[in-house]
Amino acid sequence: MSIPAELKYAKEHEWLRIEGDEAVFGISAHAQEALGDIVFVELPEVGRSFDSEESIGVVESVKAVSDVYAPVAGEITGINEALESSPELVNSDPYGKGWIARFKLAEGADLSELMDAGAYQAYLEE
Amino acid sequence: MSAYSGVTGIQHEEPLIFERAHSEPESISLPGIDGPAPKALKEFLRENPANIPGLSEPETVRHFVRLSQWNHGIETGFYPLGSCTMKYNPRVNEKIARLPGLAQLHPDQPLHTVQGVLSLLFDLQSWLGEISGLPFVTLQPAAGAHGELAGLMMIRAHLDSLGEISRRKVLVPDSAHGTNPASAALCGMRTVEIKSGPDGRIDLAELKSHLDGETAALMLTNPNTTGMFESDIREICDLVHQAGGLVYGDGANLNALVGIARPGDMGIDCLHINVHKTFSTPHGGGGPGAGPVAVNETLAPYLPVPRIAKDSDAFYLEYEAEKSIGPILGSIGQTGVLLRAAAYIAAFGHEHLHKIAEDAVLNANYVLARLKDAYHVPFPGLCKHECLLTDEEQNRHGIKTLDIAKRLIDLGFHPMTVYFPLIVHGAMLIEPTETESKRTLDTFCDAMLEIAAQVEAGDIEALLAAPQKPVRSRLDETVAARNPVLTWPESGD
Repeated sequence: MSIPAELKYAKEHEWLRIEGDEAVFGISAHAQEALGDIVFVELPEVGRSFDSEESIGVVESVKAVSDVYAPVAGEITGINEALESSPELVNSDPYGKGWIARFKLAEGADLSELMDAGAYQAYLEE
Repeated sequence: MSAYSGVTGIQHEEPLIFERAHSEPESISLPGIDGPAPKALKEFLRENPANIPGLSEPETVRHFVRLSQWNHGIETGFYPLGSCTMKYNPRVNEKIARLPGLAQLHPDQPLHTVQGVLSLLFDLQSWLGEISGLPFVTLQPAAGAHGELAGLMMIRAHLDSLGEISRRKVLVPDSAHGTNPASAALCGMRTVEIKSGPDGRIDLAELKSHLDGETAALMLTNPNTTGMFESDIREICDLVHQAGGLVYGDGANLNALVGIARPGDMGIDCLHINVHKTFSTPHGGGGPGAGPVAVNETLAPYLPVPRIAKDSDAFYLEYEAEKSIGPILGSIGQTGVLLRAAAYIAAFGHEHLHKIAEDAVLNANYVLARLKDAYHVPFPGLCKHECLLTDEEQNRHGIKTLDIAKRLIDLGFHPMTVYFPLIVHGAMLIEPTETESKRTLDTFCDAMLEIAAQVEAGDIEALLAAPQKPVRSRLDETVAARNPVLTWPESGD
């Protein structure tokens, strides 16, 4: 299962790529594998502010409907509209074309709870 | 390849009725209009012929009977759908509910002409009150989820009457049925998910961390959806009550407790009862359902109206109740289905009702005992009325829960509940119910063991291609979900 070294990971299996004061996030390869074929992604609205661990989206697979939780607090600045017509990108390219949204990190956003690739690997093996 | 029940022989392919149609209707012959159409009807006259499929009467009857043969129900075979309690519905229920004196009543008849049915429903209320340990009962809700909404409305009304208007948080374990958070949202409440502990039960520390001055209620199912009894139930209820909240019980799994233990005695304040599960009324089928709600003294003032009441020896309907949440159905309840539940309870009687739960739990544990070496069991120990397995062993060979479920269809069984509860990866939730014989349980277990052996032997292709025997082989669920085609393109104007 691929776990890119340059990303951060949350306990609910979201990944995060920090780019200055913004971050891009999606769900991990493990998460999309566990969910199975994704058939629908409900994206957050641009401009929405949220707290850490708040539900900011939904991924629906043939097996289940799951909330997507915010890894840290922030405000949405962009969404991956391609997922509206091609939700399968989350399966085929979870860390690339399957990204879900981009957001501005809230001031003083707490990144200390996030895991690096090694810690996430260990977390999955628990 | 063995078949455990009759799955071969004549099976009719059947197209859609519009695909069968000829241009001219053959089964109906309507007289033409003599002279011009009445003036008042002019604007309603068709310009084109109605698109009625042109089939003879026998062709039409065969079409629908053939489609019905593609269906599977408890009367065609074993149906171990976990958390659904697919028990056999005794024929005597139907006989009782169809007695002319019950079946041919009108909801608006004068009360003095319907004393008999009111008496039966009054008795049913008291039986459900006794079974649940929550003596005050409404029969109005038309389904389990409707009962959840009614119960939460009562809880909210009670908290409001105490001035606790900021209590709008409903705690729901992550193993809960999806209707629980949906009902909370519909009632204007906010849901907070409680993570289950490693044993599949509510984690007391996790629960405590969420209890505060905003907590309105905890919704829980006991036994929960992993089939395990919440053995800390008294402490759980005490904690919620100490925090100023109430405990809502989802009665979906009451079949494990009926006649043995009572939710009211556990500290639960309010419980809905799925009569189609525990009390053997038909599941769905498009007909009306019922989800009675039983409450304790605290919530009794808020019960819906009208309520069935008794004055000396006549029954009447009480519409006036100051604190009531009001009517939640256009009548006192879905009488036909409630009468079937009453017939079922009366058939067992006070003395024998406990046998339901005992046999249901015994059957589930028998299945668990026979399958536990071939399939991974996430939470060891005795289960209640349903047992939970996973595909962990079979995963090593590339076989998933879905493949096992599909293969069961080829072997003549409706699959168990799959991928629920969500907290268990690759879940297979099996609820045999008490109405199945040891012979049936054995043939099902034999089929499950045959599948496990097939996986061990590396016979993977057959499993991935299953099912092959039904009229339709494996359907592409992903395409169906991504590109649903919901209308027949030429079905008319």
